[in-house]
Formats: sequence, C-alpha cells, structure tokens
Amino acid sequence: MIPRLELRNICKRYPGVVANDDVSLSILPGEIHAVLGENGAGKSTLMKIIYGAVQADSGEILCDGNPIHSHNPAVSRALGIEMVYQHFALFESVSVVENIALSVTTPFNLAALSRKVLELSQRYGMPIDPARLVHNLSVGERQRVEILRCLLQNPKLLILDEPTSVLTPQAVLRLFDTLRQLAAEGCSILYISHKLDEVQTLCDTATVFRNGRVTGTARPKQTTATELARMMVGSKLPEMHVSPPVPAEKPMLEIRGLSAAATDIYGVDLADISFDVFGGEIVGIAGVSGNGQAELVSLLSGERLHPQSNAIRIGGIASGHLDADGRRRAGIAFVPEERLGRGAVPAHSLIENGLLTGHRLGSVRHGMVDRKRAADFSRDIVEKFKVKTNGVRAKAQSLSGGNLQKFIVGREIALQPKLLLVSQPTWGVDVGAAAFIRQTLVDLSRAGAAVLIVSEELDELFEICDRLLVICNGRLSKSLIRTQTDREEVGLLMTGLDGSVVANGGDSLALHD
Amino acid sequence: MRFTIEQRPEPSAVMRVVAPVAAIALTLVVGAGLFAALGHNPVAMLDAFFIAPLNSLNGLSELLLKASPLILIACGLAVGFRANVWNIGAEGQLIMGAIAATGVGLFYPNPDSVLLLPLMFLAGMAAGMAWAAIPAFLRARMNTSEILVTLMLTYVATLFLSWLVHGPWRDPAGFNYPQTAMLPPYALFAPFDDAYRVNHSVFITAVAVVVMWIFTDRSFLGYKMAVAGAAPLAARYAGFRESAAIWIGLLAGGAAAGVAGMAEAAGPLGQLSPNVSPGYGFAAIIVAFVGRLNAFGIVLAGLLMSLLFLGGETVQVSLGLPSALTRVFQGVLLFFLLAADFFIFYRIRRVGGQN
Repeated sequence: MIPRLELRNICKRYPGVVANDDVSLSILPGEIHAVLGENGAGKSTLMKIIYGAVQADSGEILCDGNPIHSHNPAVSRALGIEMVYQHFALFESVSVVENIALSVTTPFNLAALSRKVLELSQRYGMPIDPARLVHNLSVGERQRVEILRCLLQNPKLLILDEPTSVLTPQAVLRLFDTLRQLAAEGCSILYISHKLDEVQTLCDTATVFRNGRVTGTARPKQTTATELARMMVGSKLPEMHVSPPVPAEKPMLEIRGLSAAATDIYGVDLADISFDVFGGEIVGIAGVSGNGQAELVSLLSGERLHPQSNAIRIGGIASGHLDADGRRRAGIAFVPEERLGRGAVPAHSLIENGLLTGHRLGSVRHGMVDRKRAADFSRDIVEKFKVKTNGVRAKAQSLSGGNLQKFIVGREIALQPKLLLVSQPTWGVDVGAAAFIRQTLVDLSRAGAAVLIVSEELDELFEICDRLLVICNGRLSKSLIRTQTDREEVGLLMTGLDGSVVANGGDSLALHD
Repeated sequence: MRFTIEQRPEPSAVMRVVAPVAAIALTLVVGAGLFAALGHNPVAMLDAFFIAPLNSLNGLSELLLKASPLILIACGLAVGFRANVWNIGAEGQLIMGAIAATGVGLFYPNPDSVLLLPLMFLAGMAAGMAWAAIPAFLRARMNTSEILVTLMLTYVATLFLSWLVHGPWRDPAGFNYPQTAMLPPYALFAPFDDAYRVNHSVFITAVAVVVMWIFTDRSFLGYKMAVAGAAPLAARYAGFRESAAIWIGLLAGGAAAGVAGMAEAAGPLGQLSPNVSPGYGFAAIIVAFVGRLNAFGIVLAGLLMSLLFLGGETVQVSLGLPSALTRVFQGVLLFFLLAADFFIFYRIRRVGGQN
C-alpha cells in the first residue's frame, strides 16, 4: 500500500537547537499513528513542517507517493491535510458556524453550511449547536468546532497536537470514538502526545521521539508502558517516594467564604470557596482550565487583593489585604503557571531572577544589591536543583522550560515557605525534570510545609496529593481523600455533572460536554 | 534561495562594538554620496559637519554646553523608560524649571546672596518634578496615559512661559522685547573662562550621570524598576508596587529636566525668553535611546547629538546649505545607528532552497 504520507530525512534547525534531526516516518491510509515524545522533543515542529506552516531545512515530504514541492498550508489543504492546533484559533464573539465559515474558501450559504455542520457533528458524535457563540462554549466544545472545521474539508490526513491536554477524562473517551470512526472511513490520523496511556488505547503505530530524533517505532497496544517510556526518556524513570502525610494540628492556610468577581469578561466568578491546607500535606486542586483557577491563584498569591481580609488566613492571620510581598513575609512562596514573564523576567539573567523573590534573604543591604551574594544565591539553586544552564549569567529565556521551572521551584523553596503554592508544576516540563519537581514537592511537605498544587494533570495530582479538591465553574467541591477516590469521581466533579454544583450563570456558563 | 531574520541565541558581543562604528561609517558614505549628488564637495562637507566644530576651544565649549542638558535630561528620562514609563514631556518640565529658577533669581529679596544659585537649583528641580507629578498622579490613580499628559503639558508650559515674558515678567527696560530682565550676577553659573560660554553647571550633569549609573546598575530600587519595565506581571508577582515605578520614573525625568532648564536660564541665557530650549527635551529622548538607556551610552550619545546640532549650524553658515539638508543628515545617522543595533540581537541567515 502506498503510504498516505511519507517523510524522508527531515531536518530543521533553530538557533541553538536542532528541532528535527533526520526524521523519517510513514503513515498508511486509515492508520492512527502516534508521535510520542516529551515536551520539547520536536514533535510540534515536525507537525508544522508536515502542515507547511514551517519549512524544513532539508528532507522530503511525499503525499500518496508524490513529493510535495514548495510547501505551505494552502498546499496541505489542497492535498487534504488538516491540522487541529493545541491552542485554538477561534473568534470568541461570533458563532460556531461563522467561525467555520472563515476557513471555507469556496462560495457558500451560511444556512446551508450550518446544516452541513450539524449533520457532520451528529454523524461523528460531536453534538454542537452551530448558532451558539464561541465564548459560551466549554474547551471540549471548542475543540469540536476546530475538528468540525477540518472535517468539512473531507481530510485524508488529520493532525491533532496534544488534543486531550484540556479535556476531562469523559471527553477524552468521546474524542477517541470520533477518531476511530474517522480512521475506519479511511482518514489517516497523526496523533501527537506525551501521554502513554492514551497512545496505548488509541493508536495503531507509534513513532517515538527524543531530542529531535526518532528513537524507535512500536505497536503501542503490544508494547508495555515501561518500554515506551524508556524509548521516550532514554532511561528508566525515577520512582516516586510518597510516605503517608503527617498533617499539623492547625491549618496553615484557611479559606472561608471566598467570593470574587472575575476581572475580565471571559473570566470566572469565584463563589463561596472554603478549604484548609495543613502543614505536612499536599492538597491538589483539579479542574478543566478556565474554571476559576487563575482567579483563585492570584487571590492566594496576593497579586490580587481581597477586600475581606478574613477570607484568607495564613498561619491564623487575616491576610486578604496583603500584596504579594506581604504574603511572602507571612510565609507563602509561589510558583506561577507562566514561567516567562511572571515567575521570571525573560531578558534578565538567573542572578537577577534569583533576586526577584530571593532579595529578602540578605542580598540587598542599605538599598543596594550585594552582587556577590545574589550570584551565590542563584548558583546554589542551580547546583542544588541540577538546573542545566551556561552559568548564572545566562538569561532566563535561554533555559528550557523544565530547567527554568526547576530554577523557580528552587528559588521559592529557598525562601523556606510555610506554604508553597504551585500552579501547573510540570506543564511543558520533560518527564525527568517533572519527576524531580514532584519528588521535591513531596519532600517539602513531609518536612512540615503545607503544599497546595493547582493542576490540570489528573495523573500528577493522583501521584503526589494527599487530598484533592475539584474546581468547576468557580465553585469548589468537598475535600476528597486521594486513597478513597478515583478518576471517575473527580472527572464527574470536573464537569459539574455530579449534581453538587449548581450552575450560577444559567445555561450560558455551564460546562456540559 | 531565501533569507530569514532570526534572533541570536545570545546578543553578539562583536556586533555590540562593530554596530556603532559601522553605523558611523555608513552614514559618512551615504552622506558623502548625498552631498556629491547635490553638487557639493563631499570632503569639505564632512569636514564642516564633523571636524570644524571640534577644531577650536570655542567649538569644544559649545559642544559641552549643548551636550550637558541633553545628557542630564536623558539620564532622568532613562530611569523612567527602563520601567516603561514614557515621559515625553521633558521639554515642558524644562520650561517650568527655567521659569521657577528665574522667578527666584529675579525676585529673591537679597540678590547678592551666595544662597541665590542653590535656591534657584532647588526651585528648578521642584518645578520640573511638580510638572511631572501631574501625569504621575493621573497614571497611578486613574491609569491615564502619561504619554499624552506629559506631551500636552508641554504645550501648557510653553504658553505659560509666553504669557509670562509677554506680560507680568516682561523687562520694563527691555524695549518691549518679550523677555525678562537679566538675572543678577549671583544668579548665574560662572563660566570656566570668560571667552567661552561653557560653565560650571556641567558638574551637575557629571554628578547626575554617576547617580543614574549607581541607581540603575547597583540599587535595589533600580532593579525593581527594570523588572517593572521588562515584565510587569513579574513585578506584580514579586510584589513590587507599580505606582512606585510610575512616580520614580516620572519624577526623575522631571527633576533632571527642571535642573536643565534652570541651568539654561542661569547659564548661556541669563534671562527668560519664549525660546528657552532649542528642543533639548525632545532630543534627549533620542539621546536616551541611542545611548541604550545606560549612563555611559547616554554620555556618548549626548556628545554625538550635540555635534550634530553644531555641525548642522556650521554647514548652514559656512556653506549656505538649507537646514532641511542637515536634518536629513541627522536622520540618516540615527537610522543607521538603530539599524545596526538590530544586528546585535538578530542575524540574517540563508535558508536552503526548497527542492
């Protein structure tokens, strides 16, 4: 059989990195083919090369046996190659069908297009109302719009880039059904992921990547997860050591009846949130992104103040009115979700970035920066946390995501916090560094600190948290003991379908998937 | 074959040195071509522009005299620019400084007091800061754009000056010219030599340069301002107050401009007239950026800008060229300086042919 798509010896260099080094792979018609690799292994670059959004430095691309010359997205679409990006490109203020119409190049009638979208959505089990405005849609529904937009072109090859990173477990299963149906009809699917279990459930073939090179191909359904992980990481994964928690008697963080209006129109209002975090334990907040996590985190970190000082108590002291500096003095340290631009200044050196919150540890005297102490402070972090860098004078933006995250986590832990607040601790971090960061958080909590993690990765939360809370539509679930709950229960709470969450904005804000 | 522009992984140390040299060389080539095309001897032109102004003690005196306010103001503005606080109204703050200082100089009860000059200095600085405090207050409290407010207040200051010198402060013995009476001797900076105009106020600029360097490169406050400018969310994350950066940024520029205005009134002018400044407040913005917002760079950029002012005057006078041509030439130089800077951070690379 002639492959639907064949790549021969693709190379792509960026300044300082080789994103793809001599990559070859081929996909048969109707095949679901995984491209498996850690974040930063070069998967996304390769997909952009296939789609024509980025040009390879060398190598050849063949579609149905014919080489593609002067590649670009328009050529791709003419050949029936469609791509669903990890970050959606939808206009929020117009309807589903109007968004889809934007990518239709032939003359059309909006009502007829609407009918066609509806028909497609029913045929592939992705129910959606073409007339709804995009800003009312849940993330899962937005993804359906993106996929429908591709399906309308009758694709022969559909590329999906980390499609499940924003979905609930239930929505993932529905997506897989749709993809299987498409494949059965002859459409090839290229599925990019770093999640082993998904690849094992869904894919026929997997090409595994490490550092821009292909390290092997496998039939994931007949290969063990350990074997796949070894191909991906190059070595065995370190094992986590999670001892039972020993919670302190008094809570380090007490949240009581915290409510707050969203600061922008697509934000989420927080409604009557209450919970405690004790020293000696790790508490995780699960939820689909955009359900109030950003609002909650900025209120806890002090980046946003709360008029009711009593709603947030740190170590028993009312702290709602304290800004980020005041909260740190009260014993909080914070690792934000955005590393570049929030947790670190991209264009500043690691020395300067160490100073960002580490200045309170003696590197500023009489208003002047003691440059030697500042450099020593950052050097300590780099050594202790095994940050890979060209030295402490390197700029934050020159570090990989995982290494910068290790630096930021190290800096915040150096503050010896009584409460560490971490948002998405291992987002975009490679498997090795992620395991290291998780172990560090466990060790910190077992040494007596309270640790609060906000994450969208259920696996991560189940791995290290002692208790779980689920946030949905600005409301928080009851506290769940990790050993007494499961993904099913958490997944239902994430969608608000367990009956405990009452939609507070009528239909428009509900997150039915 | 195609070319792409890509960011260098690290700024190039070689280009950092080569860039300004290349820019000046390119300017000379293009400038010579331009003058030749207009039928002038390019060598004579370049000589008149760059060499003649520096060829005499008087030329050097004028160079310093003009560079001093440019450098002083640019140092103050750069403190704000580093924190993304865009004070473009230094011209207005300079005028207010000159007005306040002249007011003290003219109306202080004891004109023979040695305190007169220090008092004028303080008055000039305070007036510049007060004029900058208006946009600072509006931005910190109501998030008003400081770009618009500082610029508009420049026009207010210009018209206020015009009203003063045409009205209440006009010299009764001045043949109806719109200017104040001359300041008394104790209200003036002493020149180094009576033959030349450059005076002791250059020491103020020298001190300002050192203070600015310490503030931006060594102090914690300067560090906080740099964070606020480079990554506002990181500043909020760290708990650095945004309003502090706004106030310091604007007041530093206002103080520097106010003192520069005082030094003009108490220096080469000796009185107020409607044209206190030949646009120092605006030119200093360019000086600050060409000097890459750093103290040493600003000194070099200030001297260069001053030379361009002088060279322009020289070719107008000695060769009778229109002033527009000299401005074209100044523009060419600035263009190449900024364009060459680009290659410190970026490079052009050839991309392999697509099949």
